[in-house]
Amino acid sequence: MKLLKLVPENTNIQFLKWRVPFYVVSLLLIAASWGLVMTKGLNYGVDFAGGQEITGTFQEEAEAPIGELRDTVGTLGLGDPVIQRFGEANQVSIRVRLPESAEGDPAAANRISGQIIDTVTAEHPDFRVDSNNTVSGKVSGEFRETALYALLFAMLAIAAYIWIRFEWQFGVGALFALFHDVSLTLGMFALFQLEFSLQIIAAILAIIGYSLNDTIVVYDRIRENLKKYRKMQLPELLDLSVNETLARTVMTSLTLLIALLPLLFFGPASLFGMVAAIVLGVFVGTYSSVYMAAPILVWLGVTSDSFVPEETVAEQQEKKARGEI
Amino acid sequence: MLDFPIWKRLSFWAITLVLALLAFPSIAMLSGSDVPEAFEGYEVNLGLDLAGGSHILLEGETEAVQRERLETMEESVRDALGDAEPPIRIGDVSTANGRLSFMLANPADVDRARELLTPLMNGQGLVREWDLSVLDGNRMVLTPTEEGLETAVDDAMEATVDVIRRRIDELGTREPTILRQGDDRIVVQVPGLEDPEQLKNLLGETAQLEFKLVDANALPSDVAQGIANPGSEIVPYSEDSDFAGQFEAVRRLGGIRGDSLTGAQQSFDAQTNEPVVTIQFDQEGGQRFAVLSTENVGRRFAIILDGAVISAPNFNEPILSGSAQISGGFTTETANNLAIQLRSGALQVPLTIIEERTVGPDLGRDSIVAGAIAMGIGSLLVIGLMIASYGRFGVYATIALGLNVLMVLGIMAFMNTTLTLPGIAGFVLTVGAAVDANVLINERIREERRRGRRVVAAVENGYKEASRAIYDANVTNFIAGVLLFLFGSGPVRGFAVVLIIGLFTSVFTAVTLTRMWVAGWLRGKRPSDINI
Repeated sequence: MKLLKLVPENTNIQFLKWRVPFYVVSLLLIAASWGLVMTKGLNYGVDFAGGQEITGTFQEEAEAPIGELRDTVGTLGLGDPVIQRFGEANQVSIRVRLPESAEGDPAAANRISGQIIDTVTAEHPDFRVDSNNTVSGKVSGEFRETALYALLFAMLAIAAYIWIRFEWQFGVGALFALFHDVSLTLGMFALFQLEFSLQIIAAILAIIGYSLNDTIVVYDRIRENLKKYRKMQLPELLDLSVNETLARTVMTSLTLLIALLPLLFFGPASLFGMVAAIVLGVFVGTYSSVYMAAPILVWLGVTSDSFVPEETVAEQQEKKARGEI
Repeated sequence: MLDFPIWKRLSFWAITLVLALLAFPSIAMLSGSDVPEAFEGYEVNLGLDLAGGSHILLEGETEAVQRERLETMEESVRDALGDAEPPIRIGDVSTANGRLSFMLANPADVDRARELLTPLMNGQGLVREWDLSVLDGNRMVLTPTEEGLETAVDDAMEATVDVIRRRIDELGTREPTILRQGDDRIVVQVPGLEDPEQLKNLLGETAQLEFKLVDANALPSDVAQGIANPGSEIVPYSEDSDFAGQFEAVRRLGGIRGDSLTGAQQSFDAQTNEPVVTIQFDQEGGQRFAVLSTENVGRRFAIILDGAVISAPNFNEPILSGSAQISGGFTTETANNLAIQLRSGALQVPLTIIEERTVGPDLGRDSIVAGAIAMGIGSLLVIGLMIASYGRFGVYATIALGLNVLMVLGIMAFMNTTLTLPGIAGFVLTVGAAVDANVLINERIREERRRGRRVVAAVENGYKEASRAIYDANVTNFIAGVLLFLFGSGPVRGFAVVLIIGLFTSVFTAVTLTRMWVAGWLRGKRPSDINI
């Protein structure tokens, strides 16, 4: 049986040759992402913005009357409701901000959800409430804070681990690659105004973990080659390492993608945003491991001595002790 | 490296099969069929986002406990000093700034007052609950100690949890979870609820019932402007009552609180047929109510619920039966809710719902089905790609993958963790990521073969060289997973749980088990070449 080889043997792509233009583009993309986050902002869901979100199904209609809902719910005087399709064509999510007077008044939030549900079911008795979420401003503020800490701690802890296992240059490289991944994911969410929720933070943390898999595999090979080919120029050695691991990089990204894509298209609607973020992260993470994490080592000045000297010093002492020198 | 003694092989298989078998009750439950009776209780828990139900986070207003303690202390002080022989008269009583302070009419009474009040400063146990000090010779100041206040808040929150449990039990739902979180929060989770609104109404109301005498001397014009005579306070009528928008002046002290009830039922008034709540006092409460009603026949008293007057009827005659009827613009439903709340007792701490998540039962089932279908398709694609790429080695990886999924579910059931909707995404992600170890190993074996190593050496080297990266990658994923677990809330934690368990099992299945199978095959067949 002839086996499938996604990356031909002896592939030798000169990734490092283009490191400057790629870096320029990536830095621009990172800047653009943050620019988007600053200007357009993230489309916070109830988790982070607070408020009320009701999702439901029009059981006897092929398509949810979204335009009509906008009018009817809009007349309730609850500010601008966000009403969009959620999953199937006959499913919607209705999101409203809680008025300031409702803070600290549980009955108010209750009344608002009751009001919305009553208004919708009055016109559409087939409306089935699937979920009803209320998050107060206090709790959403705490969610924003913990989400930020989780992301920062995860990035720093992982970078520290890489530093301990490899060298400081590798720790910085991994941290930069992670920063790139997180930035671009946030940028995409700002650009397309996808709902940003706690699940997306979970997705980003998963991305951080898996993007790092690629980085580690490449770094591990670089470390191995640094010991093996002590005379090789660094760019050449990095190219060799990336190429040697390319088959694995492509294969793993592909298995992740083909596992996730069915979930994106056929899975539950409430997982769509989360899975979309992870799928996006697979692309961004694979790219950053090859184009961000490896070339930065050239500028950070990794040398073939980075791993060897400590051993040789120890060995020299040992030899001395044995009287061989 | 490729040497697996028989005891090792047997124990690996035993671990794998036991953990994988633990998954079957859960699979039966998830697929919607009946779990065989013998295995009931061994299924994984379903999160509310999959099972349907309500998650409610309540925050206690602990300042209320402080206020309440001050009020109680004020009454105790008045009683203690008033009962003294001769009585010690006090004035300029203030409860501002969380302290109780008052002036002695006669500074010479200081020592006597101190002696009388000292026993009140210590609560039960050894904790000193109040500090007593004297300023300027005749002003006494009682300050609650921090320990005392903390204990009081803690006790009040515990009592509140009990009250909530009783209220929810009245709804007859199954297996509610009620937990304290931090100092002043309570999480309530109730699976599969018919009417989440009723639950929220039950939890949100303090249900503190008070009977206070109406201040007959208050001028209606003063009351309307919110001006009260000394010793009185202005209380608004409840929005549901017939006098909504109006106010009543009541005597601040000397009333009765509805803590001492033995029962409360919704019923109908014999004359008007209006829904009412009938309450029964316990012996002490009944006596006090009898005294209050006897001494005040012909006067009006206010029935106050959570700081709002429900109604203010007359004491037409002494009420000696120990039971009373409360009316005031109820519907059958609100009367029934109030009866439940009064039966369960008042919340010691007023609660606010600060987060609520309710999922209908149908949505959860739909999510499980959709998730299972997606995972099935994804797994088939991954299996196809692995076998097409690595042949026999891909088959091993596939079997390992299947066992891995079963083991994760089995361990989750065994550890009594909760499967949530994001947890389903975690499973799919685990399917896609667990084969990474096999990809790394197999690619390395390919490389080693290309460099001309013989089969056994290539396989040995493949496993050895790939292990480093596999190890490091799993540690970093573990770090991300743990942070996700620590910082995440409910559903997201379910995602973290699947990822973390999946990391451990995937190293075992994808590295250890496949190596054992490859070793067995190599020893048995001794192939001179391998197709990889």
